[in-house]
Amino acid sequence: MQAHQRMLDPTPKGQNSGESPLLRTIGLTKRYGDLLANDSIDIDIWPREIHALLGENGAGKSTLVKAIYGLIQPSAGQIRWQGQRIVLSGPSEARSRGIGMVFQHFSLFDNLTVAENVALGLDGQESFKDMSARLEQVSRTYGLPLDPKREVWQLSVGERQRIEIVRALMQDPKFLILDEPTAVLTPQEADQLFIVLERLKAEGRAILYISHKLEEVKRLCDTATILRGGRKVETCNPRLDTAASLARMMVGGEVKEVKAVSGRKTTVPRLVVNDLSLAPSEAHGVRLDHISFELKGGEILGIAGVAGNGQDELFAALSGERLAKDPGTVVIEGIAAGHLSITQRRKLGAAFVPEERLGHGTAPRMKLSENALLTGHAASGMVRRGFIDTAATLKTVDRATETFDVRKAKRDPEAASLSGGNLQKFIVGREILRNPAVLVASQPTWGVDAGAAAVIRQALLDLATAGAAVLVTSQDLDELAEIADRIAVMFHGKLSAPLATSEATREKLGLLMGGSSLEPKEVAHAAGA
Amino acid sequence: MELVEAIILAVLAASTPLLIAATGELVAERSGVLNLGVEGMMIVGAACGFAGAWLTGSILVGALFGIIAGTLMSLVFALMALGLAVNQVATGLALTILGIGLSGLIGAGFVGERITPAVHLYIPVLTDIPLIGRVLFGEDGFIYFSVALIVGVWWFLYRTRAGLILRACGDNHVSAHALGYPVLRIRTFAVMFGGACAGLAGAYLPLAYTPFFIPGMTAGRGWIALALVVFSSWRPGRLVVGAYLFGAVTILQLHAQGWGVGIPSQFMSALPYLATVIVLVLLSRARTGGSTAPAALGTVFVSDR
Repeated sequence: MQAHQRMLDPTPKGQNSGESPLLRTIGLTKRYGDLLANDSIDIDIWPREIHALLGENGAGKSTLVKAIYGLIQPSAGQIRWQGQRIVLSGPSEARSRGIGMVFQHFSLFDNLTVAENVALGLDGQESFKDMSARLEQVSRTYGLPLDPKREVWQLSVGERQRIEIVRALMQDPKFLILDEPTAVLTPQEADQLFIVLERLKAEGRAILYISHKLEEVKRLCDTATILRGGRKVETCNPRLDTAASLARMMVGGEVKEVKAVSGRKTTVPRLVVNDLSLAPSEAHGVRLDHISFELKGGEILGIAGVAGNGQDELFAALSGERLAKDPGTVVIEGIAAGHLSITQRRKLGAAFVPEERLGHGTAPRMKLSENALLTGHAASGMVRRGFIDTAATLKTVDRATETFDVRKAKRDPEAASLSGGNLQKFIVGREILRNPAVLVASQPTWGVDAGAAAVIRQALLDLATAGAAVLVTSQDLDELAEIADRIAVMFHGKLSAPLATSEATREKLGLLMGGSSLEPKEVAHAAGA
Repeated sequence: MELVEAIILAVLAASTPLLIAATGELVAERSGVLNLGVEGMMIVGAACGFAGAWLTGSILVGALFGIIAGTLMSLVFALMALGLAVNQVATGLALTILGIGLSGLIGAGFVGERITPAVHLYIPVLTDIPLIGRVLFGEDGFIYFSVALIVGVWWFLYRTRAGLILRACGDNHVSAHALGYPVLRIRTFAVMFGGACAGLAGAYLPLAYTPFFIPGMTAGRGWIALALVVFSSWRPGRLVVGAYLFGAVTILQLHAQGWGVGIPSQFMSALPYLATVIVLVLLSRARTGGSTAPAALGTVFVSDR
């Protein structure tokens, strides 16, 4: 309803009534072949406004901002900047007009220095020396500390984001686009970012804030535009809507609630890690540092933490992609497995869902049946006397399709042809259908639409209810709160003592994610719970 | 004394085509393109360079012919590997095979002909200084040019904005594109520069090194230049050191044969490659972080515009 008021009344805040929108798209359309990535989108951005762009993956958010930033040319429709129609020849023209952008996947150069990275984002009218001086000044002014001489690969994710923001601010933009900026930050780092954004708003700049974190949007944003399937659904004031109603508009229907069975019974320990330490295998890897935990049947343990704190290394050590020196460091179903290969661990009843769907979870150019065979050959009867039982592999595909609602064009397509959500449902389904005793899943719903994410979370809960031990690594604290019984945090290769989910507030988890430790008594209390 | 001077002169002459060709390839690889066709571009440069000099009687025109021929060859590569996003390794290898055939065709009529080779500098008094006189003040123009070239490339890569952008394309073409840099255009220029250098390096052989043309006269120098770029870990300073080192090995091999040293000449010919392998191992062991090679080297870039 707000949308209509907004459209009728061009001065929604009841002030600055002489002003016109800073940026306006009219009927903006982008077509890729048969696909309408953006279908006639109208959006108005006003000065002094933090405007949220909400939508699921594939809703057209990225396409829209790429067009506004001049990275792609719209197929139809127009962009008006300060009341005048503009056709952007490229990002450098967008930048020179005062449009800045902070990318989700940082557009940084790992082997160049901070100053060189910033220089590349500017148009090069000033000398490198002057630019460096100004860089230090801007980073001081906004409280975004940076060392210009360091190379990017040495920096943390938060520091990398600071480079992007400082780079954008150095052009003194009137309008700044941020693409999911908090996806990689701890709650505390996100709070710091919000302070910077509020300040930019107070300076009279406009901000377009892409996110799917609804609470964050309600807290920060003045206006929200919701996209679904390439079309604009609504423009509203997010503060007046509930998170649930925003989610409904994003998804276009009710999001299925994940139902946990209360009073799940925990049984025997099925996955035990004892004092696991492992040197990094790559130059920039993280050293696993004395990790210990015990996971019983019927239990879900969540592992939170900012990406790159050893989660990948832990997954590799648990799955057997990397072997531990001491067999006793990883115990699966009571058997010391630290020295066992992936296949041997699967035979013990373990199953693994890696983070990367294409390339790690599946071979992209192979069919689903072949991908089913890749993890199922050891223990699922798909191989007889060294020959592949094609019928059995196809049956697995059919069962996964049916049980987990995998949508695909034909019975047995190539893995790469599935959408992210459907492929992830297939991968999780493939592993769960093997009835594992232990399931280790890394970021199981990363980049997956809300519907598929709900299916996957429900499947993990059901698996635990059936008696399996489930370990889930995720950066989404809401997800962990929803399904995990206990939550531990990884930081610099160390794993904190697990907190019961009821005790694990965002504040506590945020502190642990930033490397602080909790009061000793709180941990003791939580461990006893 | 005279032997030492003779050896230094021979080493400089043998190193110069390696240095010129490797300088060009360094720039191409720094932009993220792996062009394995250096040998092919060199040999076409040699044939065309000789043809140009023989037809006009001018070494300079010959050198220009070599440069143009190498550039045209590199444009074939750019069209395939950049324009059509074909696999760079396959395209580069095909370019070498094409070049060897093409040079035989172009040069067929010139086999057995002779030209007057490039003149050497002579400055009275200075050139007559014993030992270093001829080394420093009595070389042909190509050698001075090769030194200026690598210094210029160093300055370009590390002191100019254009050089920074070129390195950025080699490090991460997706980011470079997102910031609005024309990745494919920049890479095309880098590949053309590589081709021009390879063509000039090839032309050096019949114009200054030996004053006649024989088919296949580059004799694997293009491959050594490629190894040299890796050996230098993509840094101009180390490239100079490597070029003279590899040149010295080639000369050593000839002299060792002359002196009757019992090392098989094949082993000596393999030395540059062996040295490259050893350097690669040492570099990766000593590495603290970052990547030594341009991170986007050899990967295909397709803009989504």
